[in-house]
Amino acid sequence: MIVAERKPLQQIEAMIEGFEKILIVGCGTCVAVSMAGGEKEVEELAAQLRIKAKLQGKPRTVDEITVTRQCDKEYLEPLAKYLDEYDAVISTACGAGVQFLAERYEGRIVLPALNTLFIGVTEGPGVWSQRCIACADCMLDQTGGICPMTICAKNLSNGPCGGTNAGKCEVDGEKDCAWTLIYRRMEKLGRLEYLKKIQPPRDYSLTTKPGRHTHEAFRQSQQEEE
Amino acid sequence: MSDTQPGNLPVNAAEPFEPKIVAYCCTYCAYTAADLAGSMRLEYAPNVRVIQILCTGKIDAILLLRAFEDGADAVYVAGCALGDCHYMEGNLRAMQTVAHAKHLLQEVGLQPERLEFFHIPASAGPLFAQRADEMTAVARRLGPNPLRRTIQRDAGGKLIKPPDLHPPLPEAKLGKLIRHAERVSDVSM
Repeated sequence: MIVAERKPLQQIEAMIEGFEKILIVGCGTCVAVSMAGGEKEVEELAAQLRIKAKLQGKPRTVDEITVTRQCDKEYLEPLAKYLDEYDAVISTACGAGVQFLAERYEGRIVLPALNTLFIGVTEGPGVWSQRCIACADCMLDQTGGICPMTICAKNLSNGPCGGTNAGKCEVDGEKDCAWTLIYRRMEKLGRLEYLKKIQPPRDYSLTTKPGRHTHEAFRQSQQEEE
Repeated sequence: MSDTQPGNLPVNAAEPFEPKIVAYCCTYCAYTAADLAGSMRLEYAPNVRVIQILCTGKIDAILLLRAFEDGADAVYVAGCALGDCHYMEGNLRAMQTVAHAKHLLQEVGLQPERLEFFHIPASAGPLFAQRADEMTAVARRLGPNPLRRTIQRDAGGKLIKPPDLHPPLPEAKLGKLIRHAERVSDVSM
């Protein structure tokens, strides 16, 4: 799941300076779960922007709509009939959603209301943590299901380094040493032997951005068409 | 009321300011306490409009914000005492929600003191009356909600969504464990 947080209200306020009619488009998938840009959060942000404008005596209309996802074209289509009425659109999706909305409705001003943080998991109510950096070459089988690319500050695939200190990282004493976690996990699993294997250097060319991926099935049919 | 801040001016200078207060009361504790205050013939501020809710855990920050948007001078949520919630932790959730809503109010520049959470057990009729008076006093001290003057202006709201052309997949099958044996038995039939 993509985890995001809302930008400070001041920043959003500064973005919409001078616009009178505003539509807030929410996204009902990842950012709704991370309590940043779902239907509820859209309602709250819209209410806040309305109250703020009323308090300052500015004319401003803020409407709300939430779509299932902003990263699929199908869900963006129904917005077409509304957008003409608005001076600016605020999107409470992750960076991908904002861009896709801006791409679909070229010529409209689309503004982001969130800061996208990471791909992560829900630790507990209101707490999320990063688990994946989308490195395109998963090695979790080697490491007992703990990702050194995400958790290790040095991205070591053969760890730990000399900086591990009582299970903490030398880079930040608050953070766990990924390789201590991996060792303990492998110990529990009875697979310590496995760690003796030296991992080959990682292929960082796979993470070249921007990534683009075609499903195998579609690739074949595309080639046939050509 | 002689304050020159625009927010503190009465809506209509000719009429004395009478605060409007919205009280979201949980049906098991605070609402019963309100009932009791009535049967005890206790006198409390008539400015309080009580809204009965099943549990304060139902309260959402948007309900509180909307009350202010619509011109309420003060809002409070009254729930059970700690550990007494009929639904185990509804009042704890409401306390979080109210704290969050206070933060949202602070962000937009409306006094967060206008919003409060109270614990009022079912047997505490006098406490209900006292809290109602307290909140009315707070509203009088803070003056009218500056949004009252602008509530009539159309400032937008929720768009009516067209029916979803691509409704999410039915959830019934998600999470259902299908064992190999079941698949095999299906085939043999």
